[in-house]
Amino acid sequence: MTDATLHDTSYEAGMGDYFALLKPRVMSLVVFTALVGLLVAPVPVHPFIGFVGILCIAVGAGASGALNMWWDADIDAKMKRTAKRPIPDGRVQPGEALGIGLTLSGFSVVLLALATNFVAAALLAFTIFFYAVVYSMWLKRATPQNIVIGGAAGAFPPMVGWAVATGGIAVESVLMFALIFMWTPPHFWALALFVKTDYGDAGVPMLTETHGRRSTRNHILIYTLLLVPVALALGFTSIGGPVYLATAVVMNAWFLKGAYDIWRRDDAASEADKHKVEIKTFKVSLYYLFAHFVALLIDAVLRTSGVV
Amino acid sequence: MAIKVEHELHERRRGRNSGVGLLLVGFVAIVFGLTVVKVLQLGEAKQFEKFDHVARPQIIPQEGDQ
Repeated sequence: MTDATLHDTSYEAGMGDYFALLKPRVMSLVVFTALVGLLVAPVPVHPFIGFVGILCIAVGAGASGALNMWWDADIDAKMKRTAKRPIPDGRVQPGEALGIGLTLSGFSVVLLALATNFVAAALLAFTIFFYAVVYSMWLKRATPQNIVIGGAAGAFPPMVGWAVATGGIAVESVLMFALIFMWTPPHFWALALFVKTDYGDAGVPMLTETHGRRSTRNHILIYTLLLVPVALALGFTSIGGPVYLATAVVMNAWFLKGAYDIWRRDDAASEADKHKVEIKTFKVSLYYLFAHFVALLIDAVLRTSGVV
Repeated sequence: MAIKVEHELHERRRGRNSGVGLLLVGFVAIVFGLTVVKVLQLGEAKQFEKFDHVARPQIIPQEGDQ
């Protein structure tokens, strides 16, 4: 008997299975926003220290993803979208995910503190805590507002990136946080209106199911209205500029139009054209965030090259 | 069924071991790189170089030094 036959019945995870625990797609968004936060900051950072800072933020985000998968393995198994994740699929043991999550959290926070500063490290630690504990453990199964408050976890990376460069918190970094924080609910609810989810089966309260789709449409419009002043305000801080302001005006008008279109129609109309407006607005919301952050980057480049 | 010397499990284990190996090498490279950058950022070594339990004739001010 070889050792292979001994272990043949239980699957042993490969490197890719562990990597999947870190939610690589979420990580790429985190890297992008954190990088913009770092690059638009008025303090130059040594490229290698900047690289290590972004790497730590990415690993910290991945670690919180692993902790989330460990905690949510039971509900992930019940939903089609998440049933193929490493733990419910049996490729990774829950204990392994917990171990990886905790180890990487510790490593990323300590390394960030040593490589950059304690403010950035403390913010990263809080982000991990917020996503793994506040969102996953406390809010997700308890309230339909889970996506609103939980959105904060995804909004922290540019603040951490800013802190890597400056060692502090400023109105600019808080507004970058607020931009993602306010953008998350309408973005997510637009998706919830056209994707058939099975959150209900898993016992996760979602606005579309607890308060109905009409209320979700109202919520999208209200949150988009609240988002607009935040996005425009960022343009009047030290990191804003002509490119950002022009982008913000166009993108906010576009997103607001989509939110208004979603609000003014009902489900019958939505079903009739296969959720055309909802799908379009969801796509606009993706361009919206990307365009704002790219515009911040362009303005930063124009400033350093002395054009504006 | 013939017993294969190279089982699929061995392949997966090798992949995992190489992955962990690469991560460790990467970690060492990062710590080394950080050390180099942080030390270079300290500026001129003479500014903070001290005797450190041994005589360092090269840092004793010489005649003609400013």
